[in-house]
Amino acid sequence: MSQPPTDGSVPSPADQTAVAGRPGARAVPAELEVRFGTLEHSSFRGQERIVVPVGRMFDILAFLKDSGFDLLVDVTCVDYLEYRGARHRYGLVYLLAATADNRRLIVRVFVDDPDPTVPSVVPIWGAANWLEREVWDLFGIRFTGHPDLRRLVLPEGFTAHPLRKDYPLQGRGERHNFPVLSRDDG
Amino acid sequence: MSIAASPAAPSAAQRSEDYLWTLNFGPQHPATHTTLRLVLTLEGERVVDALPEMGYLHSGFEKIGEHLTFNQYVTVTDRMNYISPIANNVAWHHAVETLLGIDLTPRCRHIRTIISELARISDHLLCNGAVGLDTGAFTFFLYAFYQREVIYDIFETLCGARFTNSYTRVGGVSQDFTPLVIEKIRAFLDTFPKTLDDMERLLTRNRIFVDRTKGVGVLSKEEAIARGATGPVARASGVTRDLRKDEPYLAYGELDFRVCCAAAGDCYARYLVRMQEMRESLRIVAQAMDSLPGGPVNVGIDQRTALPTKSQVYTTIEGTISHFELSMSNRGFEVPCAESYAAIEAPNGELGFYIVGDGSDRAYRARCRPPSVLHFSIFPHLIRGHTLSDVVAVLGSLNIIAAELDR
Amino acid sequence: MAVEMPENVVVSRLDELASWCRKNSLWPMPFATACCGIELMATGASKHDLARFGAEVFRFSPRQCDLMIVAGRVVMKMLPVLQRIWLQMSEPKWCISMGACASTGGVFDTYAVVQGIDRFIPVDMYVPGCPPRPEQLIQAIIDLQDKIQSEGTISGREFDTPERQLRKRALVEAIGPLAADAARNPVLQRQLSGMAAAPTHS
Repeated sequence: MSQPPTDGSVPSPADQTAVAGRPGARAVPAELEVRFGTLEHSSFRGQERIVVPVGRMFDILAFLKDSGFDLLVDVTCVDYLEYRGARHRYGLVYLLAATADNRRLIVRVFVDDPDPTVPSVVPIWGAANWLEREVWDLFGIRFTGHPDLRRLVLPEGFTAHPLRKDYPLQGRGERHNFPVLSRDDG
Repeated sequence: MSIAASPAAPSAAQRSEDYLWTLNFGPQHPATHTTLRLVLTLEGERVVDALPEMGYLHSGFEKIGEHLTFNQYVTVTDRMNYISPIANNVAWHHAVETLLGIDLTPRCRHIRTIISELARISDHLLCNGAVGLDTGAFTFFLYAFYQREVIYDIFETLCGARFTNSYTRVGGVSQDFTPLVIEKIRAFLDTFPKTLDDMERLLTRNRIFVDRTKGVGVLSKEEAIARGATGPVARASGVTRDLRKDEPYLAYGELDFRVCCAAAGDCYARYLVRMQEMRESLRIVAQAMDSLPGGPVNVGIDQRTALPTKSQVYTTIEGTISHFELSMSNRGFEVPCAESYAAIEAPNGELGFYIVGDGSDRAYRARCRPPSVLHFSIFPHLIRGHTLSDVVAVLGSLNIIAAELDR
Repeated sequence: MAVEMPENVVVSRLDELASWCRKNSLWPMPFATACCGIELMATGASKHDLARFGAEVFRFSPRQCDLMIVAGRVVMKMLPVLQRIWLQMSEPKWCISMGACASTGGVFDTYAVVQGIDRFIPVDMYVPGCPPRPEQLIQAIIDLQDKIQSEGTISGREFDTPERQLRKRALVEAIGPLAADAARNPVLQRQLSGMAAAPTHS
């Protein structure tokens, strides 16, 4: 079971009620653990988070959708290459929300090099389409079953995944690589 | 930039589609307002399909966020949704303060509420003004833009910058309200409703405008949720989600306002929702101005996040130490090694930041959840079957801002 | 030799007359990408009113314009578009680089942002600011008008020879899809080999 490097500090009870989350009520449906066994569960500043294994994530997310989390707020990724105490390189983040009762839940999935691959959740939430393309573009995480996994924001010919931590902020010279037009060129 | 590979041997079905015509729209086109691109497949004047393309303004915002401190990055968030920069400032520091566990002072909460709502008015003015412009109502656009200038003037009096304000700080704001600011906001509250009435008279029942927007680009409630729409776009489709009500942040819990919704889900409904939200924003600003608490605007020295006032620095040892420590790069904030997400109801929808803290005063990862991306991805669904001239009406009503779209 | 002149006749060089006409009828092409574009709109809107300086006829087709105002940052994916539009504009033409991002990259010293458009297209006037106020843009246009008046039209770039037209067309073809593919691009490969030892993260 993966141990994320998150939640290093112990949140005080005051923190738990400080912000948006619903204090007291658990966002995770009880049947989840009945069906899928014990999942790593934590809470920080009132935000609940579960860590799910890659193999079962599609089923779990589909189950969560059916249990009320109808809005996929965001799909993103974190590269833990330089993070102190990290055990996995990439941590995907699925932010879910329920429009009916305003619950929120963060689902984490951890994958590693050399071939970081997770199943696509586009069949569950249509909203995931472009969000997953962006993660592929900027992190190089491959989503199996995605209908149209092309680069989203960077040009087609680009080879790197710039939000990885081993890619420099200023890039590798791609931005200087264009023909120069002078006055005489018209 | 290739869009589709040409088929090796066209089948009968493909040959029958020979009459379809491909039109490139953007990335440099006046009606896109920003830099986005569409490849439209047309059958005569009717849009059969649209392939949106983005990234023409991708500037690596999230990568910069890993290299700037929590206070420095606010200047970059200004340039994100640049038609309401101050809402981005509030969103960013709301997320940082959530990560750091900071409780703001009541005065700061009210001030941030007021400026967020002014930013919402300014955003909706531009969006609706642009919808008017695209559907042929140039005067409406000029009315809207003139009122934006008034709001610019308020922000300039407030913090010195009319446009890219960088107004918030961790644990507070850069300047407190002065009497002149309060006077200007009150004057705006007095004069703006009349202009808003004028604008509504100009456009809301204008036959041409109604014909061009009613029933165009319909988004059903189920689709809106499944495709991740938030903000006015979702509310115009009947989704009653508004973070100001559902997860009250800042001073919204103490104020009385309504969530503006419509059921039709078309361009006209989105226009109406935005017009109505401006009126609600005015109510919120008026209430927050009336109940503006006194006291300090920044959190105290004990929180060790906001710079102490000059008098504290010059007269107390705690103030001097705090000022000194906050100015040093390695003695700044105490950031937990943890991750959190916090969002506000920005003018465009749910604008949130997922921040990973690693103990330093820079974010290890600063993910922005931009509403525009999801709205733009809905676009092909909305435009199919409509005519080419509806493209600009639908694009305008989604209010896609490229800098927020691409980051 | 004295010539009898009627009262309402002004003698000038033809060149000066042409410049005078040109400077007072600039047709801007708003290449507005980001925040500066909103200030560009504000410049054209009622409060600041660019029409007072004869430059309010914004035309969105590059072929009708003679002044390109690049407002906002230009990124890798956008630069080929910018160059293509610049080539499509007819002579004589001028370019204003509006704002810090267009002029130098501004705060965006990142992998994606071109560090100043003057590296790749000619620029006549730079406007500082992030974003510049409308007054600054108006000042830039006034300065450009002075420049147009003083430079004249003698160089005659607007009278294209067929050879130059061919060259131009070849350039438009070359600036097609972005060539950031390292495998096929010698410039990029050279830069890559030089950066191999550089630290990955600052």
